[in-house]
Amino acid sequence: MKLAVSILSQVTQVMIILLAAPLLAGWVNQCRAWLQNKRGPGALQPYRNFAKLFIKDVVLAHNASILFRATPYILLGCMVLAAGIVPVVATDLPFARAADVIALVGIFALARVFLALAAMDIGTAFGSMGARREMLIAFLAEPALLMVFFTASLISQSTSLNTIVETLGHEKLGIYPSLAFAATAFVMVLLAENARIPIDNPATHLELTMVHEAMILEYSARHLALIEWASNIKLMLYASIGLCLFVPWGIARADDLTIFLSVWNWRDFSTAQIFAYPIAVLCLAIKLLIAGAGLALLETISAKMRIFRAPEFLGTAFLFAVLGMLVHFLLEI
Amino acid sequence: MTAAFELLSVNVALVVIVIWLSLGILGFIFRDHPRFVHHFVFPIGAVAGLILALAAITNLDQAPTLATLPLGLPDFPFNLRVDALSAFFLILLGTCVFGVSLFSAGYFRDWTSQRLGLLVLQYHFFIVGMALVLIADDALVFMIAWEVMALSSYFLVTLDHHEPQNQAAGFIYLLIAHLGALCLLFCFGAMQDWYGDYTFEVMRDAHLSGPSSTVAFLLALLGFGAKAGLLPLHIWLPEAHPAAPSPVSALMSAVMLKTAIYGLLRVTFDLLDTQLWWWGALVLGVGLLTALFGVMFAAVQTDIKRLLAYSSIENMGLLAVAFGLTILFNVFNMPLLAALSLTAMLYHALNHTIFKALLFLATGAVTHATGSRCFSGLGGLIHRMPWVAGFSLIGILAASGLPPLNGFVSEWLLLQSFLLTPGLPHSYLNMLVPVAAAAIALAASLAAYVMVKFYGLIFLGQPRSTGAAGSDPGNVFQQIGMAWLAMLCVILGLIPHWVIQSIDYVTQSLIGAQLAPASAKNGWLLITPLSSARASYSPIIFMLMIVLVTFAVYLLVRKYFRRTSRRADPWDCGYPLQTSRMQDTAEGFGQPISQIFEPAFEIERVLPSPADIKPVYRKRQTDRFWAWFYQPIGNAVEWFSIKIGKLQHGRIQWYLLYSFATLLVLLIFVR
Amino acid sequence: MHIPITGQLINLFAALQLLIGFAMLSQRRVVSLINLFSAQGLVLAISTLIVAYSTGQVHLVYSALLTITLKVILLPFLLHRLVERLHIRWEVETLINIPTAMIVGIGLVIFAFNLAMPISQLSGTVIRSTLGIALACMLLSFLMMLTRRKALPQVIGFLSMENCLLFAATSATYGMPMVVEFGIALDLLIGSLILGMFFFQVRETFDSLDLQHMERFKDGQNKPGVTRES
Repeated sequence: MKLAVSILSQVTQVMIILLAAPLLAGWVNQCRAWLQNKRGPGALQPYRNFAKLFIKDVVLAHNASILFRATPYILLGCMVLAAGIVPVVATDLPFARAADVIALVGIFALARVFLALAAMDIGTAFGSMGARREMLIAFLAEPALLMVFFTASLISQSTSLNTIVETLGHEKLGIYPSLAFAATAFVMVLLAENARIPIDNPATHLELTMVHEAMILEYSARHLALIEWASNIKLMLYASIGLCLFVPWGIARADDLTIFLSVWNWRDFSTAQIFAYPIAVLCLAIKLLIAGAGLALLETISAKMRIFRAPEFLGTAFLFAVLGMLVHFLLEI
Repeated sequence: MTAAFELLSVNVALVVIVIWLSLGILGFIFRDHPRFVHHFVFPIGAVAGLILALAAITNLDQAPTLATLPLGLPDFPFNLRVDALSAFFLILLGTCVFGVSLFSAGYFRDWTSQRLGLLVLQYHFFIVGMALVLIADDALVFMIAWEVMALSSYFLVTLDHHEPQNQAAGFIYLLIAHLGALCLLFCFGAMQDWYGDYTFEVMRDAHLSGPSSTVAFLLALLGFGAKAGLLPLHIWLPEAHPAAPSPVSALMSAVMLKTAIYGLLRVTFDLLDTQLWWWGALVLGVGLLTALFGVMFAAVQTDIKRLLAYSSIENMGLLAVAFGLTILFNVFNMPLLAALSLTAMLYHALNHTIFKALLFLATGAVTHATGSRCFSGLGGLIHRMPWVAGFSLIGILAASGLPPLNGFVSEWLLLQSFLLTPGLPHSYLNMLVPVAAAAIALAASLAAYVMVKFYGLIFLGQPRSTGAAGSDPGNVFQQIGMAWLAMLCVILGLIPHWVIQSIDYVTQSLIGAQLAPASAKNGWLLITPLSSARASYSPIIFMLMIVLVTFAVYLLVRKYFRRTSRRADPWDCGYPLQTSRMQDTAEGFGQPISQIFEPAFEIERVLPSPADIKPVYRKRQTDRFWAWFYQPIGNAVEWFSIKIGKLQHGRIQWYLLYSFATLLVLLIFVR
Repeated sequence: MHIPITGQLINLFAALQLLIGFAMLSQRRVVSLINLFSAQGLVLAISTLIVAYSTGQVHLVYSALLTITLKVILLPFLLHRLVERLHIRWEVETLINIPTAMIVGIGLVIFAFNLAMPISQLSGTVIRSTLGIALACMLLSFLMMLTRRKALPQVIGFLSMENCLLFAATSATYGMPMVVEFGIALDLLIGSLILGMFFFQVRETFDSLDLQHMERFKDGQNKPGVTRES
């Protein structure tokens, strides 16, 4: 029974992330359109795009290798794996024991390396340039992300994301100044890793400024759809990671789903306990709406940087994250 | 029964050594029969390596076995000993030799008999030297083996001695190797504590005072650091590795550098009975600098083998960091954490051996097929050398430290041991440790940058020169050799539990602590170095999930959206006239790194003027250590030798006078 | 260990102080620098108020009010006007690149904290661990002054150093005597007015606010204003 519920919780969560990810991306775009006084295509546009892309013919370059064709699938595989680790609704995730935060950073890195290699496969000018820039951004963003996680794991004495969320959200409630630094760094990393505005512009095909778009220039049809989907999931995962590290309140605990499902026992529990799980889903929706709007706002008010300002930006993020760890040693021990 | 069994392991090692010796000599004698050398000498040597590795695996949990050979000087017999530490490094040697020797059986097939004979002799002497270093139990055998290793590898580096570049590389290598050896000689002298007996047994029993053990440790750090390529003694490494034939570079990088790590462990934890905390801090600092320096320089290289050589420097830096942490934990009496970081170190040593050997072999295959060692002459080889490309992909994923391959596991363990440091009773150390962890994370993610550059420029894209359009599928020996190493990369990544269990015997014998009691509770599926609430990782589930999801998505997409795909010219934003020269180059990949970390490089730019008809743009990044460290030393030595040179007059009476004066001085002292 | 909620809040604001210090170090634009300066003043005032609330010391409330009027409203206003009139909204050039400056900054933080540790162990206040941070912020402001080439960021660095000094005083001994604080406030006001006039003079002489031109005074051969570099 317990195992079945755990698995149910796991599957529900992965499904939520997979299916809601395009919606979040659409919502961010819609908000951005509103902020720029445009009407916008509506938050459901990504689904329409996918529907269109999936029924089209794939056009491959003559010298595309197996690596190029396999990458979209591997990318999606990596993202689904990551979705199984990040607790967005409840911390009842049996699969999360297989990988901790370091492995999570590793999954993102794996996906990124494959995408960069696929971009170099055709041997066009833009593809290889995009791959190089992506790796350039990544090599500073990845350790910054790791340091953000380390700050949280120093507080909770664990590198398992589940345990971190349990500790921060339920057990060791308090104000952690180090997390202020970590949050600043995390937002900067999120912008960089998801090809957002100060670093990259997701809406441009202006050749010299693009990073992510340059890498996937040669992809078409279902391959493109899979890659876009994977990057939507990545945005969703980053948003959820941010939410569960810095505003973990509302995430359900391990047995909340069991309580909710065991209707015959409801009278043994308080209302708060019974509805903790549905409330967690609601909380997630509200938090994501706000986060998406915030992201759109952040993108609207900032200008894109020259590519050589990017290392400086990310270096700052990295150092902020390191400072977060230091502040933990200074103030919280 | 047990006695017979105990004798087995050191005897197996001896038998294997004798086999290798005789194979080398046989190969030299029958050098005019290349088929014999290719199909007999190298494969037999490979199998001998595998036997050695297997024997060493069974020996990990045994008590140390000793042997004394009545060789050498009178009263100085050869003492040999195999304990858990030696056995672990023998496993490294054996597995690596199996892959590399098999590869060599195919690789050297079109060499002339003269070169082949020399190569086969030196190659096997080199392996024998490394094996002897690992089983030596007195300073004499150790130094002899160390010299055999150094000299035979020197001859291998200068095999193409007609090229002045290789001569220079060989010279630097020989110089630094011998400076290192000199330090080691003094180190052993300091450790035997005036007993006049140079067996390790005596050194273990000697109780050195603080200062003299510090002197011994620092000498060992210098001597072994020179071999391991720690800053600032790394200078020979990027010169010597490209000069040697690829299988030899593979052995040098994969195994020879590890003998230095073996030596450091042996001296610090086995022969010296105390450690001081600042040794750990020193090694940690040197290791961090080495790791960052190595990976930065790897990113700007334009020669595929130099890139790998710098990447080896980085990995040796990581090993040194783990070593420093181990010393710190051990001194501050935290046995479990010391065991964790030592495990991370040994695991990483094993991983680096495997993936670096694999990558060097891949460069061998690539160079052989295309005749080019420069990135600017390569590209698109995935189409013509699919096997090599596939194995190299595994190699670079492992080298970038990506899950679920082996490189990730050791980095994971290392980061875990960093995360658990806040208990150190030293406030500065406590705060520097997170900074060090950040530097490690930076080095690890830069390694991914380097590896994407390596793979992307060699195997992907379009051929950058006509030579790159050549191909060489390699013969079956080469494929087996690479497949073996690639398979180990995957296996070592998937079964960390068993590897950690084996390493536990080593940590138990060195620092008296092991991880197994803490991690055994959670079974073989998860690795949990300390407790399952703290951290857990299961590569098998991880791998299964990725593979399953990837295939499921593939099948679903095929089932519901089955559409034909057609081939066309690349899109590339609609630019016509694409040529292969428009792809990103090795210089392009290096440029951001040299811009961000500009202070680390000595950059020399030649920019053309706008009016130039034949503009030439040139940029060279060189090592600042030449100017900072070696140039002053060289100048000082030169100055000094000029002064000394004044003693030389050419008149016989003066020389007699020198001898006479020396005699007098000596007599005064002896009195 | 358990820290009361006010202590936690003050720790949080101390961390924010440090965050602002580093943000100033990494900021290129003068206008944002001024905004950060006023944010710093605000954080200082709030943390002073929290200390006042938790210890019941009334004079700290006055100190906080003084901080708000002077450093959150008046001085930033003056500085903004100065920027408008001098037309120096463009980016600030730094002498060493920003990540390097930040790495040095991290070193300073470690150093400052170790320096402050014995003192803060002697101090009996609830917020003693913030002393190290206050010291670190002060050093960071100094570092910012060191790494900037233009005059205005240096003035801001100087002003923020004073903020940190006040923060250190609050955290170590619950603030300075009121008289001293008033004196410092007055000094600051007059100092910044004088500096404002000084800027106009400098610009009139050199046609720029780049302080590197001041190096010319050293030689004595080139009369300022007579020779002008192309």
